[in-house]
Amino acid sequence: MSENKTIELKVRRQDTANSDSYWEEFSIPYRPNMNVISVLMEIQRNPVTKDGKKTTPINWEMSCLEEVCGACSMVINGRPRQSCTALIDQLPSPITLEPMSTFPVVRDLIVDREFMFDSLKKVKAWVPIDGTYDLGEGPRMPERKRQWAYELSKCMTCGVCLEACPNVNDKTDFIGPAILSQVRLFNTHPTGSMNKDERLAEIMKDGGLGECGNSQNCVVACPKGIPLTTSIASLNRATTVQMFKNFFGSDHMVD
Amino acid sequence: MSRESDFFLRRLHSLLGVIPVGLFLTQHLIINYFSTRGEEAFNAASDFMGSLPFLYVLEWVVIYIPLMFHAFYGVYIAFTAKNNTGRFGTYRNWMFKLQRLTGVFLVIFIAWHIYQTRIQKALGVDVNYDMMADIFQSTGMVIFYFAGVLAATFHLANGIWAFLVTWGITQSPRSQQIFSYVSILIFIALSFIGIRAILGFM
Repeated sequence: MSENKTIELKVRRQDTANSDSYWEEFSIPYRPNMNVISVLMEIQRNPVTKDGKKTTPINWEMSCLEEVCGACSMVINGRPRQSCTALIDQLPSPITLEPMSTFPVVRDLIVDREFMFDSLKKVKAWVPIDGTYDLGEGPRMPERKRQWAYELSKCMTCGVCLEACPNVNDKTDFIGPAILSQVRLFNTHPTGSMNKDERLAEIMKDGGLGECGNSQNCVVACPKGIPLTTSIASLNRATTVQMFKNFFGSDHMVD
Repeated sequence: MSRESDFFLRRLHSLLGVIPVGLFLTQHLIINYFSTRGEEAFNAASDFMGSLPFLYVLEWVVIYIPLMFHAFYGVYIAFTAKNNTGRFGTYRNWMFKLQRLTGVFLVIFIAWHIYQTRIQKALGVDVNYDMMADIFQSTGMVIFYFAGVLAATFHLANGIWAFLVTWGITQSPRSQQIFSYVSILIFIALSFIGIRAILGFM
């Protein structure tokens, strides 16, 4: 390694939620085994652009640093992903960093993912067990089903699949693949499935399942390898059945 | 259009694209294939179709109403997408984009095609082999019709794939993969019929 090797960085910055974005370039001395976060920390330590102009440190979000929290998602070299697992040695130079454009920008690389959390509430992405008395144990879940469900439960609401989806944008209200997959997860859970018709009803509304256009970018982009398109296709089948149940009436709404 | 009904409209859009519009397209291309057997054979087939009982009812119920809904709602769907094949250059993402591009192109092509044939018939012109042979005197029209036929067969073949996913019939990645191959075969077969039908007029 040459002593003078540098990491070239282009960052799309934005000072406030409503101001225009602009690009700033940085040149950071190379060290082995860096990731995008450690490069951002380097800039934080010495916030000077490539031209030697003093600037403000770049704002970004992070928490777990091991790709399980989803907070540090951003668009790196055009692809949405987590910056903690974006290793500099594996990225072509110059590295471009942008905030995920699907979400409102708070500042620089920080975006507001509230939309996803609101959507999770809308579809009741939980197992309701609260009551006025102890409901006791729920039905048992087969071990192999639990292992399968574990894969879906890896979703960290990072927003990468929404950023990758061509149908999640300001012209639609599409809640996105991640939230749909959570509906499948909780509808499969033995106790969660006792409310499955309520969740299906929610995704059969505007912004729900119908907005999927099968570009299948989500499953390619998902950092956790969640079978999002399989979840969507499975929900397509479930809602087809539900549609007939709703229309003709049924004694089997939750079983 | 109430946005609450989006789910139902999407499903209807998907269904109508295959039944009856897709079935009609297949039938239309097969009837036109008579052009490869010469002028008389084509005129006989065309006259038979044109003299079906309840013709107006059939035309409106099987063709115009479903086609118009599919076309106009489809344009709305096409323009709500923000294509990103630059970022994700996968096969499926390209199919997604091409489905929308061919769909918008087909609205223009079919409008022109209906004007050139069905509306002329309503104005008293005879729809027959000569009419099409006349149209194909122009190289521009031949190219336009080639593009139209290929766009239509592509849109149907890929649309059948999407229909099967949308209604939850193909669910696993493997079943979707297998049907990707089937839809390529459908595209090739229908394109062969359509292109040969055009060549039959030349």
